[in-house]
Amino acid sequence: MAHEVPEGLYYTEEHEWLRVEGEEGVVGITAYAQDQLGDVVFVELPQVGAEYRAKEAFGVVESVKTVSDVYMPVSGRVVAVNGALADRPELVNQDPYGEGWLVRIQILNRDELAGLLDAAAYRQRTS
Amino acid sequence: MAISYIPHTGEDRQAMLAALGIRSVEELFADIPPDLRLQRPLALPPALSEPELVAHLEGLAAANSGAAKVCFLGGGVYDHFIPSVVPYLAGRGEFATAYTPYQPEVSQGTLRAIFEFQTMIAELAGLDVANASMYDGATALAEAAFMAVNIARRERIVVLGGVHPEARQVLETYAGGQNLPVTVVPVDPSRGTTDLKALDEVLAAGDSACVLLQQPNFYGCLEPAPEIVRRAKAAGALAVVSADPVSLGLLEAPGRYGADIVVGDGQSLGLPMAYGGPHFGYLACRGEYVRRLPGRIVGRTLDREGREGYVLTLQTREQHIRRDRATSNICTNHSLMALTATIHLAALGPRGLRRLAEICLHKAHYLAERIEGLPGFRRVFQAPFFKEFAVAYERPDFDPATAALAAGYLVGPDLGRWEPERRGQLLVAVTERRTREEMDGLLAAWGVRE
Repeated sequence: MAHEVPEGLYYTEEHEWLRVEGEEGVVGITAYAQDQLGDVVFVELPQVGAEYRAKEAFGVVESVKTVSDVYMPVSGRVVAVNGALADRPELVNQDPYGEGWLVRIQILNRDELAGLLDAAAYRQRTS
Repeated sequence: MAISYIPHTGEDRQAMLAALGIRSVEELFADIPPDLRLQRPLALPPALSEPELVAHLEGLAAANSGAAKVCFLGGGVYDHFIPSVVPYLAGRGEFATAYTPYQPEVSQGTLRAIFEFQTMIAELAGLDVANASMYDGATALAEAAFMAVNIARRERIVVLGGVHPEARQVLETYAGGQNLPVTVVPVDPSRGTTDLKALDEVLAAGDSACVLLQQPNFYGCLEPAPEIVRRAKAAGALAVVSADPVSLGLLEAPGRYGADIVVGDGQSLGLPMAYGGPHFGYLACRGEYVRRLPGRIVGRTLDREGREGYVLTLQTREQHIRRDRATSNICTNHSLMALTATIHLAALGPRGLRRLAEICLHKAHYLAERIEGLPGFRRVFQAPFFKEFAVAYERPDFDPATAALAAGYLVGPDLGRWEPERRGQLLVAVTERRTREEMDGLLAAWGVRE
């Protein structure tokens, strides 16, 4: 089954998405990823202020089947985390590109955006 | 006929070597550097026949005098009464032989027993969840410290001087492996409880992940636990209380005065002293930390038709998938010991546990008061105590431990074993098993001098 892959976002091989909004970006996991994981029961997020390099694990998504690390698409400093996931982790399943977002970051190295996939390329990887 | 007790015959060994394409066992071990190998036969005495062996072991067993003595020993292992229903039920084949309940379809009985254990422990601790048990109280304490380090996202582990010195050693071994700093807060030498001023000084640095305290502490004294918990939390640290479960029959559940994690050793709950093991440890915490809880947890659920069922739950994290990232390396539990305690607690019931604690308290206080009345003796610490206390006798011409032993009573251990400056100070523990006669007998052994 084909999963929604919105245009205008950046994607990683590890199934994170990144929406760039000025100097900042919002990070989540793709519809494909949440479908592979199954029902998400817990999301562990970093502390605001923490800095990560591109491809570094910043959190954990736990489903009934497995536990997976989630990785930074680009180097960034966490400026906000989605607190709603503490009580409603299922938002990741229900609305992966919207209410199920994970963290908002300040992008520290815009050059790294060039290494990410666009929607067409990501769609091809997961079809 | 000579029996070598080695299961492989010469022919078996030849066949195995032939299959490997080598000629000798020496060749098999050629990869091990010679200097790491024992270059001589093992230093073993000649083999004994079975009757000789039995006689030899009986001789060794007879050299153990402990079993026939009256036990006032404390220090973490206690001579509590074990109702016969406890070993009888715990020894049933279904329990004694069952191993890991990975397959819930055929393990419902074991899983349910563990669930009940968790429920009783959570209730005693005054907290939301408990795991299926740990190896012993000392490892449970160390695991709780790791939990706290991960939750608080700070590194310093603060342990109070009243925590059993051997538990502190286990903690330092664990923490050393992860380069986590451990700070010990001294005990006020006259009261026998934590020096609160020293605690405040340590906490003032603001880098403490947790404060670990033992209640009653190693000297038997009752710490001002609610006050210590309050100070720990005000400093942003988690409060971990290690409690004797029997004392919880009488003392307030630590979760109710703010403890975040409660641990302890379960030997007091129906396990024999057995020269120090096996024990089990318990570990309970607030619901919000359930994903940091080490080891295994049994959950109750409903199937599609609404029938009750028990499963190992939350195991994706530590048990199977993320071993490399796990914060605990515990991969089993002391299930049979925990089951024994569950039966013990069920047999006593809440009122029985309270009564047990009261009897220990009253008997211990009777004996302590009488010992204080003996010439030359004094109680070492002033703080209130539960079932155990330290006594000192400072004249060099009399050794209380030896005098007690000569009369058939075991007292101790001597605190000098861990703190040289306390040599000659003995712990005395009084359980419900100690009779008035026995206590008066010990007093006579100390009071009536030849």
